[in-house]
Amino acid sequence: MKKPRLVVVGNGMAGIRTLEELLKLVPGMYDITVFGAEPHPNYNRILLSPVLAGEQDFDDIVLNPLSWYADNGITLHLGKEVTRIDRVRRRVVAADGTEAEYDRLLLATGSVPFILPIPGKDLKGVIGYRDIHDTRTMIETAKVKRNAVVIGGGLLGLEAANGLRQRGMEVTVVHLAGWLLERQLDPVAGALLEKSLRERGLDFRLNTSTTEIVGNEAGEVAAVRFSDGGEVAADLVVMAAGIRPNTALAQAAGIHCNRGIVVNDTLQTYDPRVYAVGECAAHRGIAYGLVAPLFEQAKICANHLATFGIGIYKGSAVSTKLKVTGIDLFSAGDFMGGEGTEEIVLSDPAAGLYRKLVIRDDRLVGACLYGDTADGAWYFKQIKDGTAIGGRRDTLAFGETAMGEAGTAGQDRAATMADTDEVCGCNGVCKGTIVKAVREQGLFTVDEVKKHTKAASSCGSCTGLVEQILMNCLGSNFQETPKTKAVCGCTSLTHGEVRQAIREHHLVSHAQAYAFMEWRTPNGCATCRPAINYYMLSTWPREAVDDPQSRFINERAHANIQKDGTFSVVPQMKGGVTNPSELRRIADVADKYAIPMVKVTGGQRIDLLGVRKEDLVDVWRDLGMKSGHAYGKSIRTVKTCVGSEFCRFGTQNSTQMGIDLETMLANMWSPHKVKLAVSGCPRNCAESGIKDVGIIAVDSGWEIHVGGNGGIRTEVAQFLCKVRTAEEVKEYTGAFLQLYREEAYYLDRTVHYIQRVGLEYVKRKVVEDAESRRALYERLLYALEGLPDPWQARIAGERPREYTPLKLEAPERRIPATLED
Amino acid sequence: MPTNANWMRVCTLGEIPLLGSRVLDCGQGEAIALFRPEAGKVFALADRCPHRGGPLSQGIVAGETVTCPLHGWNIRLDDGQACAPDVGCARTYPVQLRGDEVWLALPLEPATPVGAAEAVA
Ligand code: SRM
Ligand SMILES: Cc1cc2nc3c(=O)[nH]c(=O)nc-3n(C[C@H](O)[C@H](O)[C@H](O)COP(=O)(O)OP(=O)(O)OC[C@H]3O[C@@H](n4cnc5c(N)ncnc54)[C@H](O)[C@@H]3O)c2cc1C
Ligand code: SF4
Ligand code: FES
Repeated sequence: MKKPRLVVVGNGMAGIRTLEELLKLVPGMYDITVFGAEPHPNYNRILLSPVLAGEQDFDDIVLNPLSWYADNGITLHLGKEVTRIDRVRRRVVAADGTEAEYDRLLLATGSVPFILPIPGKDLKGVIGYRDIHDTRTMIETAKVKRNAVVIGGGLLGLEAANGLRQRGMEVTVVHLAGWLLERQLDPVAGALLEKSLRERGLDFRLNTSTTEIVGNEAGEVAAVRFSDGGEVAADLVVMAAGIRPNTALAQAAGIHCNRGIVVNDTLQTYDPRVYAVGECAAHRGIAYGLVAPLFEQAKICANHLATFGIGIYKGSAVSTKLKVTGIDLFSAGDFMGGEGTEEIVLSDPAAGLYRKLVIRDDRLVGACLYGDTADGAWYFKQIKDGTAIGGRRDTLAFGETAMGEAGTAGQDRAATMADTDEVCGCNGVCKGTIVKAVREQGLFTVDEVKKHTKAASSCGSCTGLVEQILMNCLGSNFQETPKTKAVCGCTSLTHGEVRQAIREHHLVSHAQAYAFMEWRTPNGCATCRPAINYYMLSTWPREAVDDPQSRFINERAHANIQKDGTFSVVPQMKGGVTNPSELRRIADVADKYAIPMVKVTGGQRIDLLGVRKEDLVDVWRDLGMKSGHAYGKSIRTVKTCVGSEFCRFGTQNSTQMGIDLETMLANMWSPHKVKLAVSGCPRNCAESGIKDVGIIAVDSGWEIHVGGNGGIRTEVAQFLCKVRTAEEVKEYTGAFLQLYREEAYYLDRTVHYIQRVGLEYVKRKVVEDAESRRALYERLLYALEGLPDPWQARIAGERPREYTPLKLEAPERRIPATLED
Repeated sequence: MPTNANWMRVCTLGEIPLLGSRVLDCGQGEAIALFRPEAGKVFALADRCPHRGGPLSQGIVAGETVTCPLHGWNIRLDDGQACAPDVGCARTYPVQLRGDEVWLALPLEPATPVGAAEAVA
């Protein structure tokens, strides 16, 4: 039997989502053809704003690459606009004459920007803000022109204005209403928003309408004129004064339209073979302009197309956010209030905080938050559920954390959510779905959750929440023993078990290790190989042989790979101390190799960024400095302050202490990177409180703190002990680091290691038991003794091929094809 | 093998580290990464990750995949396809081993992608 044919007009977010839902239900039921007027696969239109602002690239926002269409057997006509629907013969015709017959037709033509009917609207440089083409026009214009005017202070207009400003243009926003986002915010919140946008350099003309766009001789925009007689110069005018459902095609085919293409609760138009979803459709009189409702429509429409016939669409409540990085605002429901409603308002304009809740008949019906929007989703849920407020009234305004039922610190919202609570508004993903995916499919990162559940994959504003859920799912394990799970898919052994086997069975080579531990793969994977390599090296120093192919490129090439494939070079600069001769050499090298960026790092030394791999060895040779190991799971820097030699508060020579420690620990490999700092007094200018080992000098000696971390999650170092002499600092520090090197799991920083074994245990081994301490210290020195500086080794000619690309032989030496085939 | 290809000797087997790779600088054209996942097996892929163009030649080779150094996508060496859940494909080039010499077929027309690479020992 021949399959029924489904034709989709509009290769955008709603149309393709409907196909995804349909393919999930009944793969292969239809012969599918898609027409898209844009010459691109389906992309995430929402994220045009981050692209404009320079935070993402087009490639990042493609939702369905061409391979997706191919894999699902979909015929795709890109860059072909459908211009006619022949309902009698059931076929559509595109502008270039391409035709397709249908049994069912899905219209998903989206919207078109509303262009004000004023003189000058057709001038060159007047655009809407709808697609990647518009976005690119703005990006290109910003490179060469100066002045932009955005007409419309709604969500789209503000995102356009912010992006253009980020790209360096002078931007004026013209807005008809008396405050910004008048459909999302009340006047007070609107004014707060205006203030922070003005601080970013945007200019506004409120209560103003545009009367004319003035052109120059070349037919390009030159200025914009307003109702009050004013005028501003403009090289670019962005019309963001609203959108209109794109109904022209349907109308021409005689399908009933009013605000949009009229559809019923199963998303069928007046012609039951023809469906419509997305911004082009009007359901119960409403044409939505946000993705969340469109995705709901897509689900129902797919269900009907699959002839399951369950599910009807009843309309959606919507909430909005503005995607301008650093500005948080949220609104939902009927936040303007009015007759029959009561308002609760919390306002702290100086701090930029504002919160308004609108209540009708003891239920929350609207919310408008500015500054702190963490409770947005929680309020939105109550609006949708129509929960009675009752006795919670006096704490409602303080948000979820103030309510008895939550009762935990702010960041633990994820823990208190019910499984049915929505996390990602754009894609309608509930907590339960995420938890299930994390558990059943063993997900560990937000990216994995995005890929498997779509949560956080549209506007991204729920990423924080997804992260929390992930943390909570990985459970108390996450705190105690993050690595109680298998190392990777190649084995069922845990990190602890692998370490133990390597120690007890004296495993010193990769082949031996995989064979003995019955690895499922012949030579591991990118996750386990570096771990095994480290475990063998740290357990059997001077015996196990380092395997370069089991090291991440940074450690194999002794430099840090950059996004464009070049490398960065950070020479050692012990304790942050340098001298004129070193600086001169650095400057000469930067000139000689045309190094694009020389930067002072956050670790008190100098980074040469953008070095070609072929040049690395020569750069190191010319520098004549040692490797700073800024690329390794290894010792990084010892930060210092000036200390007693110069500072009026200094109690000890912290600089020298730092240099001594960095000298002692040179070339040390470790489970993860290790950073130290030495401060000369408790003012702590070297930030010892957030280092793996932080030393703070006091009058009577040195305090040693361990397990600090200034990275992804800031952790304050814990006090280990106080010692009197510099020699003791070295011994205690060395012993602690050796304990970490011998016992921590690969990729655990010191803080994670201490969380697993407990500070008491560390104290017993390092502070209380002098013999254990000395033994640890000696083992460290033994392991480090004679370790070569990797740069020197390479300069001396070790494995030169790493840095030399193969070249094609001269053409005359090539053998002609015919001889070989 | 496609006939519109130009077979060229690139290097000896020993010049590519076992479980590693070498990058072939093609002058104007895109760089090609040669991988040696097993003693007698060589694959060639465009040195551009389908994700964001990362240099695959710098990745860790394991089994018959390479892990891109930039964001960790796993790319299959035989057909250039990204492993699930990632989707994308790096271009492949046919390779042959002739004795211990590595030969590579470069398409004559630069833009036409060629089929999966099969190393014949
Ligand atoms: C160069 C530098 C930034 C700068 O321009 O100042 C830097 C650059 C990078 N950091 Fe950093 N970090 C730099 C100081 C820091 C600091 C501040 C410090 O050291 O005082 C921190 C917080 C302190 C800490 O680590 O506790 C820091 C926390 C991180 C983290 C998070 C670590 C964590 O445990 O949470 C990562 C990710 C990782 O290591 O997995 C990271 C990773 C990176 C990487 C290596 C990302 C990567 O894998 O490619 C960056 C390399 C950029 C490149 O292309 O070369 N960087 N990074 C700093 C080098 C310092 C140095 O001289 O060695
Ligand atoms: C800059 C910007 C930021 C946004 N930010 C947000 C946000 O933060 N949150 C939110 O929820 N929403 C946001 N939106 C709105 C959201 O992108 C839209 O609601 C959504 O894309 C609508 O989906 P759709 O499929 O109906 O239309 P579209 O995604 O526009 O798809 C319609 C497609 O159909 C094509 N088409 C039209 N007519 C024809 C024809 N005759 N033949 C062939 N093809 C045709 C069009 O070219 C287009 O590609 C934003 C929109 C923009 C422009
Ligand atoms: S914070 Fe560190 S890892 Fe992040 S972009 Fe800056 S240098 Fe890179
Ligand atoms: S570029 Fe290869 S994984 Fe991102």
